[in-house]
Amino acid sequence: MADFRLRRSLLYVPGNMPSMLQNIHLFECDGVIIDLEDAVPLNEKDAARTLVKRFLENYTDRNKEVLVRINPLQSKWGLNDLKEVLPALPDGIRLPKADTPEIVERLDTLLTEFEEELGLEIGRFGILPSIESASGVINVIDIARTSTRIFALAFGAEDYTASMEIERTKGGEELFNARTRVLWAAKAVGIQALDSIFADVGDMEGLRRETELIKTLGYTGKCLVNPRQIDVIHEVFAPKKEEIEYALQVIDAIKRARLMGTGVISLGGKMVDAPVVKRAARVLRTAHAHGLVDDIIDEEVIYGAE
Amino acid sequence: MRIVKKAQAGTMQSSDLMVFVEPAETLTVEIDSTVKKQFEHLIRQKIDLVLATQGVTTGKIHVTDRGALDYAIEARLETALKRGGEV
Repeated sequence: MADFRLRRSLLYVPGNMPSMLQNIHLFECDGVIIDLEDAVPLNEKDAARTLVKRFLENYTDRNKEVLVRINPLQSKWGLNDLKEVLPALPDGIRLPKADTPEIVERLDTLLTEFEEELGLEIGRFGILPSIESASGVINVIDIARTSTRIFALAFGAEDYTASMEIERTKGGEELFNARTRVLWAAKAVGIQALDSIFADVGDMEGLRRETELIKTLGYTGKCLVNPRQIDVIHEVFAPKKEEIEYALQVIDAIKRARLMGTGVISLGGKMVDAPVVKRAARVLRTAHAHGLVDDIIDEEVIYGAE
Repeated sequence: MRIVKKAQAGTMQSSDLMVFVEPAETLTVEIDSTVKKQFEHLIRQKIDLVLATQGVTTGKIHVTDRGALDYAIEARLETALKRGGEV
């Protein structure tokens, strides 16, 4: 995993609301997704993309990742959304209804064309495909490999349950297979997996439970609809003190093992070898990103020198 | 650009504004604002700049401002002109 950018919390901001847009720099989330799709009524699509363009041009001291959710490329608005907002330099595009590799490839080609036209480095704009339908879930493994611009896969539970003609429950049992498949696809190519929104802003316990669940499964972040949800999500994703202490012990132990010329050692009666060290290194990297530890673990500690 | 029909853009939410444009013989700009006393001259300046950039020389422009920042004024006026104008 080359990309260690923290994406615990990506907040949706409606694209046609100046009062929300101009607070983006104050929100303490890792990134925002400015929405031109579902949050914008059909007769305001033109107004929203102009507003977002002018806003982004003025948001010059960026302090978080900025993505724009365009309308689907299959719709009559998607292409115009790109034309209008790309010159204002968002970090990437969240592509809704990324149901097939072909549609993601099409976005990749369009982004390359815009980068050439704007004189930007090729690959500057990232892609976050939304896996939010039965076809998307089936095709996700191919979708993940479509473009090197894809830095993460986003699972969209609301549209997914709609496409399955089922209700979304708080327990999330109905989402389990789809969530897991999106994760496999992401992990197989070494990118992040980001979970769906939790719509009930009043239910912080429910949000916490769902975030704990998706963290356990392997997701590294979650999308959210309200800034009030940021704290809970960050709390869940922050490594616990015990986790950090144990990870530091593991790194110490493996360093000792290497001095003795072995790749495996016992720590408190438990075997420590490469996969355990890898997990510990990941905990410490996350802890470092949270400002909880000073040092980053380098690759040599994990795998040993040749 | 010439304004050829009535059009509007924006909302009445706070930090936003509504812009109404319609064809007219001369150019007039009317401004209502919750912060008119302090900021009318700045709002007018921004509107004049956008009109000049778009080459609009005639038309009636009415703005109801709810404390919008410059980028929003620019965007809403551009949208209203696009909706009611012809290049």
